[in-house]
Amino acid sequence: MKQAAITLAADRGRVHSPAAPPEDSPLAISGLTVSYGDKPAVFSVDATFAPEAMTAIIGPNGAGKSTLLKASLGVIPRVSGEVTVFGRPIERARERIAYVPQRASVDWDFPTTVIDVVLMGLYRRIGLVRRIGRANRDTALECLDRVGMADFAHRQIGQLSGGQQQRVFLARALAQDADLYLLDEPFAGVDAATERAIIDVLKALKAQSRAVVCVHHDLATVRAYFDHVFLINVRRIAQGTVEEAFTSENLQATYGGRLATGHIDQLSLPGQQVS
Amino acid sequence: MGAQFVQFSLTPILIGIFAAIACALPGNFLVLRRQALIGDAISHVVLPGIVVAFLITGTVAAIPMLLGAAGAAIVAVILIEAIKRLGRIEPGAAMGVTFTTLFAAGVLLLDQSDTSNVHLDVEHALMGNLESLIWFRAEGWHSLFDPVALAALPDELGRIFVVCLLVIALTVFFWRPLKISTFDEGFAQALGLPVGAMGFGLVVVAAIAAVAAFDAVGSIIVIAMFICPPAAARLMTNSLERQVWWSVGFATLAAILGYVFAGYGPLWFGGQNAVSAAGMIAAVSGVILGLACLYGPHRSRVGAARQQADA
Repeated sequence: MKQAAITLAADRGRVHSPAAPPEDSPLAISGLTVSYGDKPAVFSVDATFAPEAMTAIIGPNGAGKSTLLKASLGVIPRVSGEVTVFGRPIERARERIAYVPQRASVDWDFPTTVIDVVLMGLYRRIGLVRRIGRANRDTALECLDRVGMADFAHRQIGQLSGGQQQRVFLARALAQDADLYLLDEPFAGVDAATERAIIDVLKALKAQSRAVVCVHHDLATVRAYFDHVFLINVRRIAQGTVEEAFTSENLQATYGGRLATGHIDQLSLPGQQVS
Repeated sequence: MGAQFVQFSLTPILIGIFAAIACALPGNFLVLRRQALIGDAISHVVLPGIVVAFLITGTVAAIPMLLGAAGAAIVAVILIEAIKRLGRIEPGAAMGVTFTTLFAAGVLLLDQSDTSNVHLDVEHALMGNLESLIWFRAEGWHSLFDPVALAALPDELGRIFVVCLLVIALTVFFWRPLKISTFDEGFAQALGLPVGAMGFGLVVVAAIAAVAAFDAVGSIIVIAMFICPPAAARLMTNSLERQVWWSVGFATLAAILGYVFAGYGPLWFGGQNAVSAAGMIAAVSGVILGLACLYGPHRSRVGAARQQADA
């Protein structure tokens, strides 16, 4: 049954005829294939993300989680596939998206300050040459305050700890004031206080009817943090609410032998939530 | 500091300064993008392009030279890609092989062709002819206001001045997208910034600066100015805006000191002849980088900074 579903998903992608994406979906991906060299990293994936919800993209290392996100945004080229954001092609909906790349993807030795990085989130509003005004600075400071980093506004970014760097990246995304937040492993390698601060901010965004999609690697926190899951291992394995889709069968299908069955059962027991 | 200075030293110094600034500005971004080698590469590739353009047109006018250099750059990019893909060689090595080969080909071509009636030979390609770009008609500072004398300024001065202004204007106008895409390319892509075009434009601007500077000051100075002033400036400050100002300052300082040392330095030590100004400017910029490494206030890098913060 489970196996049949996977085959069906892949087949549907291969002979894909672009159906009209749901109007209200913050992010709809259809038939997305990305390849590094000869081997597909993401193969024929369809995904429709829910509005006003927090969705975790889960899968083992090398399953194409980050690739899915980056290819949707056009950060890396896609072999095929359509991406719509709130019913429009992504190229015409950029102002509604905020993106938080992996922290390790940039050189933190770059000569700039914390507030400067947050101001980059205002680029679409300030434009090429208009001066950065007091109002822009206040916005940036307010975003830093929301992640608890206001005191660090004028620090050189190289002086921050990993968790602080992650919070600055989140503040930059907040400055974009978007309707869809895409985060690539926001909890990777951060301290407990930062994890708490980030999840609070994300939940506040959801409360403001924004959609949040995170590439996530920690299965233990999925139930506590997220409403929906998207399971991927090169192909789409399953998608749905945590209740429906975060099941031991689906996890087994996603992770294969790499996850002990006992571990999955433990995660799946509703009484054993980690908070 | 009178008539003689204006006649013999003012224009070479100005040309040196403009060339240094035109190269140092894009150099800041090339160094931060870890593409400093591209500046080096461009200044090498320019040579065969210029020689071929000369052989075809028979002149050393600016437009054919620029087209020749651009053509050579395109050939170089194709060669690098081909070597990388067919030979499965890492990009740095592919780049190194291509540029040295093309430069060597340029030297051989130059050796074989008759360029006796123009300023085009191997020595000139390496070190330029800064010292010979004198303002013959000048009789003193008042010549700066004399239209007849101004009309006799060396062509190279006007050319490098225009290119320098162009580089400054482009840097100011595209400052924000350049800064964002240099710091965080993925984020810039997601914003919808034309990241590929920005990167390509940066290399094109660097190439234009290299060609314009090459003509007057040779390839040694071009390589030095792409890398030394920005790298030294990075050690002076933790702000990109101030780093660019520092790099302009260092480039100017190197041009002035280098020219003066080349002209008078050997005399101070009892020598007879002046040494190459371009060589000396490049050497001074290297010394500035060395001093910045030893005494610059922001030498500590991320790891060290963090250890201090923890302590």
